[in-house]
Amino acid sequence: MSTPAGMEPAISVTGVDRVFGKGRKQVVALQDVDLTVADGEFVSLIGPSGCGKSTLLRLVADLDTATSGDLRVFGKGVRQARLDQDYGIAFQQAGLLPWRTVAGNVELPLRLHGASAAMRKARVAELLDLVGLSDFAKSHPDQLSGGMQQRVAIARALAESPRLLLMDEPFGALDEITRERMQNELVRICAETGAAVLFVTHSIPEAVFLSDRVVVMSPRPGRITGIVDVRADGLVGAHDRTERARDEEGFFRAVAEVRSLLHGTPMPTLAAEGLEK
Amino acid sequence: MTAVDPVAAGRVTRPRLPITEVRWSTVLAPLGLGALVVLGWELLVDRAEIEPFILPAPSAIWEQVTANAGTITDGATVTGRNALIGMLAGAVVGVLGAAVAGTFRFVDQMAAPVVAALAVIPIVALAPVLYSMFGAAVNTGRIIVAGVSVAVPVYLNTLRGIRQVRAVHRDLMTAYAAKPLQVIRTVTLPTATPYVFTGLRVASSLAVIAALIAEYFGGPIGGLGKSITSSAASSNYPLAWAYVSGAIVLGLLFYVVTLLVELWFSRHHRPA
Repeated sequence: MSTPAGMEPAISVTGVDRVFGKGRKQVVALQDVDLTVADGEFVSLIGPSGCGKSTLLRLVADLDTATSGDLRVFGKGVRQARLDQDYGIAFQQAGLLPWRTVAGNVELPLRLHGASAAMRKARVAELLDLVGLSDFAKSHPDQLSGGMQQRVAIARALAESPRLLLMDEPFGALDEITRERMQNELVRICAETGAAVLFVTHSIPEAVFLSDRVVVMSPRPGRITGIVDVRADGLVGAHDRTERARDEEGFFRAVAEVRSLLHGTPMPTLAAEGLEK
Repeated sequence: MTAVDPVAAGRVTRPRLPITEVRWSTVLAPLGLGALVVLGWELLVDRAEIEPFILPAPSAIWEQVTANAGTITDGATVTGRNALIGMLAGAVVGVLGAAVAGTFRFVDQMAAPVVAALAVIPIVALAPVLYSMFGAAVNTGRIIVAGVSVAVPVYLNTLRGIRQVRAVHRDLMTAYAAKPLQVIRTVTLPTATPYVFTGLRVASSLAVIAALIAEYFGGPIGGLGKSITSSAASSNYPLAWAYVSGAIVLGLLFYVVTLLVELWFSRHHRPA
């Protein structure tokens, strides 16, 4: 990968805890989490509900505050990174503003941050082209399918060409067919933009297909139980993948590894590999 | 599979008011019922020989309506003007108040009992007091009465609308580091807009009623309310009823216009 190198990793998380509530109602959402995402790297968080993967993403996005520990985005504190707009974000719900057109939604961050009308127009055209929705610029979100809405949300997240994308189950509400198509598109978009991605998902194949590394988490308390390096299983880097990667042997090997980590029944050799990273 | 989405391109249409989807039967049925009621009324008055001071026949009222169309329209203009100014002023007060109460929790908590009290006071009963405050020769008192009766439902509905802002939109605004005023402009107010107009629709007929009844208590002549009382006082009951009909039409006009505005502003708020 020849990304114009930042010295700093895109994300670095050290010793992070997040505890909700107090006293006996206390819930430990995250315990002692360490994670580094390199510049341009695609990392997925996977685990059952309640393992804190979304919480971790929200901490990185500064939508929530860690109880203890240190979080950095490109070497800055997360609050500063948010104020500097160092990341783009997409959620499970597309979260489009229903009263704005598709173009109006995509240009929203640009408008909020005072970009000129001409610049916005050019950028919106570029982004809609990137996600294949140029014909729908003047439509309203309620006229689009779920997959198309999610593509608009991704275009919006890319609006300011962030070096980091945070995605919280963006394809979670889509059907399997649409989902695979969106995954293919996301791989292409990431290759074109070179952005690092932190991607939360429930789906093992999705995590493996998209990622350089898959971080497996377990609940109560939420913690990282292992990291599977998909490239070590013989797949090319996330940016260079094609949909054929789903049929390769390395893909199935990585899927099996992630699955065994998730279910806590280690296949001796493989699990060890996963954990050592 | 890639062909699926472009196919949809042909179907994208400009948004329309859902009113085009109304079927004829839903319009004709109530009209038919109305015609039946009027017919029954006419027959009842005729057969039972009811005196006009108790209940005039629809035909007698219609005669007065056609004979006095000019004065009825003039009266409706005066009353309608009071109601309209009151409604607009009340709406502005209601929306601004709700915006403040939605932003600062303590304002909401302070205002809640006052608003509840305002909602219970029969505002029109204040009309005589207002006439002595502002003078009986001007319409100010009537406009205020209409305004207050509109402000309350608009305030309550707007406040409810402001609370409907979705968590994902709030997160998005935080992620974009949007300033408080930007959040209000881009997310809060647009979310609340359909609710504002629901409040206005509820309040629209209230505004007409309030402006009309306020005329009963004094003030300048010329409005529908004054005309109703004076024609009743001179025992011209069919004429009084003719003015009442004018008031009904005026109220309906307010209602229908605000309903259309509401539909227009909520055209994209249907759950996607």
